[in-house]
Amino acid sequence: MKKRFLSMLMASAMCLSLAACGGGANNDGGGSAASGSGTGGGDELITVGFSQVGAESDWRTANTESMKSTFSEENGYKLIFDDAQQKQENQITAIRNFIQQDVDYIMLAPVTETGWDTVLQEAYDAGIPVIIVDRMVDVSDEELYTSWIGTDALLEGRKAAEWLNAYATAKGWDASEINIAHIQGTMGSTAQIGRTQGLEEGIEKYGWNLLSQQCGEFTQAKGQEVMESMLKQYDNINVVYCENDNEAFGAIDAIEAAGKKVGTDIKNGEILVISFDTTNAGLTDVLEGKIVCNVECNPLHGPRAEELIKAMEAGEEVEKLTYVDEEIFAYDDTVKSVTATNSLDKEGEYAVTKLTQEILDGRAY
Amino acid sequence: MADKKKFDFRRIKQHHLFLPIICLIVVLLSNLIKTPDFFSISIRDGVLYGYIIDVINRASELVILAVGMTLVTAASGGQDISVGAVMAVAAAVCCQILSGGQTSVDVMQSPLIIAVIAAVLAAALCGAFNGFLVSHLNIQPMVATLILYTAGRGIAQLITQGQITYIRDNAYSMWGSALPNLIFPLPVYFAIVVVVIVSIILKKSALGLYIESVGINANASRLIGLNARRIKFITYVICGVLAGIAGFVASSRIYSADANNIGLNLEMDAILAVALGGNILSGGKFSIAGSVIGAYTIQALTTTLYAMSVSSDQLPVYKAIVVVIIVTMQSPVFQKYVNKIKLNRAMAKEKQRRGNAV
Repeated sequence: MKKRFLSMLMASAMCLSLAACGGGANNDGGGSAASGSGTGGGDELITVGFSQVGAESDWRTANTESMKSTFSEENGYKLIFDDAQQKQENQITAIRNFIQQDVDYIMLAPVTETGWDTVLQEAYDAGIPVIIVDRMVDVSDEELYTSWIGTDALLEGRKAAEWLNAYATAKGWDASEINIAHIQGTMGSTAQIGRTQGLEEGIEKYGWNLLSQQCGEFTQAKGQEVMESMLKQYDNINVVYCENDNEAFGAIDAIEAAGKKVGTDIKNGEILVISFDTTNAGLTDVLEGKIVCNVECNPLHGPRAEELIKAMEAGEEVEKLTYVDEEIFAYDDTVKSVTATNSLDKEGEYAVTKLTQEILDGRAY
Repeated sequence: MADKKKFDFRRIKQHHLFLPIICLIVVLLSNLIKTPDFFSISIRDGVLYGYIIDVINRASELVILAVGMTLVTAASGGQDISVGAVMAVAAAVCCQILSGGQTSVDVMQSPLIIAVIAAVLAAALCGAFNGFLVSHLNIQPMVATLILYTAGRGIAQLITQGQITYIRDNAYSMWGSALPNLIFPLPVYFAIVVVVIVSIILKKSALGLYIESVGINANASRLIGLNARRIKFITYVICGVLAGIAGFVASSRIYSADANNIGLNLEMDAILAVALGGNILSGGKFSIAGSVIGAYTIQALTTTLYAMSVSSDQLPVYKAIVVVIIVTMQSPVFQKYVNKIKLNRAMAKEKQRRGNAV
């Protein structure tokens, strides 16, 4: 008797929690649901489940916003949004939930590259196309996902390295004078692997000195702590290569706390900061000359994702890899453009934009 | 004379802080191998500057947490694993009030003191929730605090609406940095003040004694007239309050509330600090000083590994190895084993001596 009561209690608790989950997802998904439901008419909404890494940075927030505004009910979509709070197990649970809810498409912004085989196989077996967003997944069978949209982290790294070389040449700095401190992102993430490789290729090619390489986990607090330690270890750091803006903020704080200056005049003890992601706050620092070069990592994936889904709805074949366009912003116009090779081995010339207040004000994020 | 000296040394050796201090010293001295200037300290703008200062500065939050964790451990024989998440909640409350609901502000929108009080109150509420579950519902501490461990960051994100809230105002960020002519960066003073106040409360009132007594035997304490429940409850509230203060410090360092990362994995470090300090994790007698030394040891280890440029992906491995060694050294079983070996050796020597004499 007691057992039965307990099991009933458990079952009802489960139902309740499921209902709560559903409710939460709805709220998250359609920020503009209330206004849009009227215009939706009789059309079937396309259900899209999106498992996002978290909200660890401004970039991620812009990415989420782009998805939410693209996949709105006015546009004919129902977005089920899940914030995984940086945990892979949360993402795996979210994908399983999407499969159970029988969504039409799954979008996944994975927290790490590995460990996705099982759950993606489940989605594949259920016949749900999976679009990987931002970071790449490393699975044994590429058939497990339909397409990948994202930024080319390797190209970004190469752009930054080429920019540094062009800048040093223009300023007349010798390669042996350039002493780099490298603050890496979360180890194993696509952005870290690509941006690190880009820098390391540059070091090999141009013969700069890499003094120290440490992980800042893409956060401001770690970036600050790591930079603090590097500054004590090496007196002669003149270039800091941060793999995202948050790390750069921390590094700049640490540099200033140590009584040094950030800027372009490395001959007189200033430290040149290179960063990625071009968040609003990051670009504000570019405007002030605290960050000298900031390579964009475009978070506005929504429109590209919608293109893909529309193509699939029309029954077309889609490309396996899709890259979004990205820019380079700099404090000054010493370097006009750089030539770099992207991940698909295609060489291209990329313009470097001197950042102005108007450009900054005109940006979407 | 010589006899007396030997006697003294033995007494030092038996002091409960002997091993924790030795561990800290060994970790620090190991730097001399690769970073000889680890101990050099210079002065910049009237503030001390050097690796050692980094250790003291960066350990501040951990010290504050470790104090609370020690009390909880002593009274309830279990740990509060929600402190990291509670830090995030406090930081979120503080920054959200200061920003007036915006994601990034250049000037604080409301008085700092109100925000800090609200943050500490929120953290105290979290502590009270944990305390209620543990003391009144008799739920295992680790299970009870697991609720906020998982939910806490979610709550923090709800408060900040999933954003990182920036307060780019010097009046806020100064609390996490160094001010000219103050010798130490400000977080250090937070840690010192917390340790001193808690120590005074424990010494001047009978609370410390009560906590130990409840931890050793809650039933017996109740029978002699102590309100065991209330004392357990109080320790959790204190732990929450301290987590709130730590959250404020951590957030002022980066002048923002990063709900995902503030205090991440710090609860485990705090528990480790308590253990390294020679405290028994099943409750009873405790030493705040031990935990504080434990906290500095952990930070010394992290800073040491940074200074040695240990590749970042290998960092946790080295940390684990050192921790295993330290914990083993301090375990009673291991100490017994060492004593036995020593005894055997002494006996063998004695035997040999006697043999020679004969």
